[in-house]
Amino acid sequence: MNAMTTGAAAFLGRYEGLRAHLPGGRTDWVAALRADAAAQFRAQGLPGRQVEAWRYTDLSPIAALGFTEALTLAEERLSLPAARAPWRAVFVDGRFAAGLSSLPPGLSARSLAAELDAARGLLGALAEPTPMVALNTMLFEDGLFLEVPPGLDAGVMELLSIATHAERPIAFHPRHLIRLGAGARLTLIETSLGPAAATYLHNPVFEIAVAEGASLTHVRLQREGRAGFQLATVLAAVEAGATYDNFTLNAGGRLVRNEIHAALRGPKAACHMNGAQLVADGQHADTTTFLDHAAPDCASRQTYKTVLAGRSRGVFQGKILVRQAAQRTDGYQMNQALLLSEEAEIDAKPQLEIYADDVKCSHGATVGALDEAQLFYLRARGIPAATARSMLVEAFLTEAVEGVRDEAARAALDEAVAGWWEREAA
Amino acid sequence: MPAVAETIETVQSVQEGGYKWGFETDIEMEFAPKGLNEDIVRFISKKKNEPEWLLEWRLKAFALWRKMEEPRWAAVSFPPIDYQDAHYYAAPKQKAAPKSLDEVDPELLRTYEKLGIPLREQERLQGIAVDAVFDSVSVATTFKDRLEKEGIIFCSISEAVQSHPELVREYLGSVVPQADNFFAALNSAVFTDGSFVYIPKGVRCPMELSTYFRINAKSTGQFERTLIIADAGSYVSYLEGCTAPMRDENQLHAAVVELIALDDATIKYSTVQNWYPGDAEGRGGIYNFVTKRGACRGARSKISWTQVETGSAITWKYPSCILQGDDSVGEFYSVAITNNRQQADTGTKMFHIGRNTRSTIVSKGISAGRGQNTYRGLVKISPKATGARNFTQCDSLLIGDQCGAHTVPYIENRCLSAKVEHEATTSRIAEDQLFYCRQRGLSEEEAVGLIVNGFCREVLKELPMEFAVEAQKLLAISLEGSVG
Repeated sequence: MNAMTTGAAAFLGRYEGLRAHLPGGRTDWVAALRADAAAQFRAQGLPGRQVEAWRYTDLSPIAALGFTEALTLAEERLSLPAARAPWRAVFVDGRFAAGLSSLPPGLSARSLAAELDAARGLLGALAEPTPMVALNTMLFEDGLFLEVPPGLDAGVMELLSIATHAERPIAFHPRHLIRLGAGARLTLIETSLGPAAATYLHNPVFEIAVAEGASLTHVRLQREGRAGFQLATVLAAVEAGATYDNFTLNAGGRLVRNEIHAALRGPKAACHMNGAQLVADGQHADTTTFLDHAAPDCASRQTYKTVLAGRSRGVFQGKILVRQAAQRTDGYQMNQALLLSEEAEIDAKPQLEIYADDVKCSHGATVGALDEAQLFYLRARGIPAATARSMLVEAFLTEAVEGVRDEAARAALDEAVAGWWEREAA
Repeated sequence: MPAVAETIETVQSVQEGGYKWGFETDIEMEFAPKGLNEDIVRFISKKKNEPEWLLEWRLKAFALWRKMEEPRWAAVSFPPIDYQDAHYYAAPKQKAAPKSLDEVDPELLRTYEKLGIPLREQERLQGIAVDAVFDSVSVATTFKDRLEKEGIIFCSISEAVQSHPELVREYLGSVVPQADNFFAALNSAVFTDGSFVYIPKGVRCPMELSTYFRINAKSTGQFERTLIIADAGSYVSYLEGCTAPMRDENQLHAAVVELIALDDATIKYSTVQNWYPGDAEGRGGIYNFVTKRGACRGARSKISWTQVETGSAITWKYPSCILQGDDSVGEFYSVAITNNRQQADTGTKMFHIGRNTRSTIVSKGISAGRGQNTYRGLVKISPKATGARNFTQCDSLLIGDQCGAHTVPYIENRCLSAKVEHEATTSRIAEDQLFYCRQRGLSEEEAVGLIVNGFCREVLKELPMEFAVEAQKLLAISLEGSVG
């Protein structure tokens, strides 16, 4: 047996051992959902490099670690970062920490594990048949179950995910359901953190439904510990006239993947996906997007920037599908990578698949180092080399970052970028 | 009726009558029995009077092929191919090898005349040396004497095996090894003919070299093998054309082309591919599953691919460049048209290995009818390829709402100082462009033809003159009724 099969077998073993004790273990529909997912995961296993969607991201480091579930909740020992919004849902090792959270009144925000029955018909409704989603469905223990009633502007809310120190490598698979009613609005700032030395796998799945005319801004700040793994999947369904904005910062972790599937299902829906990947020595960061234009008159914009330092690897895969019905689609995608080191590698695979003729679709990709002429220009004006480099990197990131309009989110983002740069420049 | 709606209507009404190369020549043929096994490989090798090493080479390829699976990753679909249901050798009966055109069967010469490749006139007037390949074998090569004076070898590969075995042995399979892929392995086992070119050091080939491939016989495949070696400081421009009769069956064309450019050498390889595309319902047509690859082995060498792909039911080909030599250059210019039920999955691979290597990719895909057109490409830059540079542009044009246009570029960069740029666009012919042309008195078809030619201009201008004219006509014919 190779490492990938052993790794998959370990997860399946956990499922077999735990399934009666997992949330909904004794509820038929949940048990059936998990059993289906387990069958699918058993068939697919952990995807190897021969699977096209995973050709640039090798999961064997994950397969080689025998992850166990997190055992304890050690809330009292945690020091939380300062709040960025009035309301905050905190998850520790994938489980809802009620004592650390403050949930907003007026909308329905709760622990998924506690309210599983209310999620019947919603949970798994958007699930794509990918192995990581199957793994999540098979083993999820909790998640944020958030419903914003129609017409309500719910302001800003924070979702904080923290990994704790554990003796052994732990894995957690939170499942978050975020649903906005017609015309509702919400900004969700999500931060994932973990201790520097802890080995863990954070495998969150988001099922996001944005109803007619609603608008969700989803800012994801991935700052996992440097020995941590994050494989996140966002599944979003955007209805007529609705907007889904996603910004993802990939800055932490040893091996991370940010996978987003967004379907524009009604006319005049819009989706913006932006992101920055700051990849330092020993890190691997992957952003994979899939934009499904299924209805006419929709627009999508994607801008991703990757900065690579040390011995690191960055991956961008982005597919835009325009179905035959999606006439008058306006789709744009740009991904750019900046290499700061001779040992870095970037792999990019933008992709267009188009079946409608009245469309305007384009993508662009560039890869390069800092421009010597620009550096020279700055230095000739008395700016020290290190400052000049930092200015150019900041300028490179601007186009992707400036889409984040919410002040709190922007402050958190700027702080993360500055912190990364200080470490890397040092 | 709005102009675009009219265009779409004409696309739908297009008849297969547009393919005027669909006739069949009635000529006495010699076939190998149907089927594929070691004996057939031996039969072909024996027919060609090949040395032992080449038979061994073929058998090794055949053994490898048997263990391989047909690739299924391309965005094309077709029913399973029965590899046992074809003749792997078909040749017009001819006595000894002809010494001049006077000895070539006049029926064959007439065939090529009908195809617009009059071998005799070409020899006298146009100054293009032609190697004509009819089904499995090369039937005539013109201008040999003139080329021999320059020390240039231009002959069929079967002939080269006899006359220049050392060159063939050194280079055959050195760019596309036997186990490279399923179709290349198949070709290595059963290739029957193709062209061989060697340009000596410092020689600039005084004329365009050309091969014309013709599939004629029923139930055959064509497996030609082309090998071009440009020695240090030499230059050659090579043209390739192809047609086949109209038939309801699908015929397989699995060719391998290997190019080798040594120091300061340049190879320009142009293809106008016009295999029978099948009828409007997708019956018949050629499966064009071809492996083409060039190695820029020498410093400052250059390989430039230009292709105009208008024919074939399915096209699966990725002419590539391995840029090994420092400062070497790779180019790929492509126009691919799919109309009716045609499918094309084509593109290129550029491997940057040497320092300061440069590559340019310009791909124009046009989809009409129910055609599916995919650009698939790879730009790979190794850590040692300092100063490497790539620019890629892929544009797709959609005509009608039943067709598809897809772009799948891969970029893999491991070099700090490399610079890679890729851009792709997809659009349809703008109403205002059409309106503007029609308002100036152009008919609907002329207007679309003009716009399509403009869309492809960057590629067409790379073609040698004689071919550029043919290619423009072909664009018009391929989209006949649909656009031009």
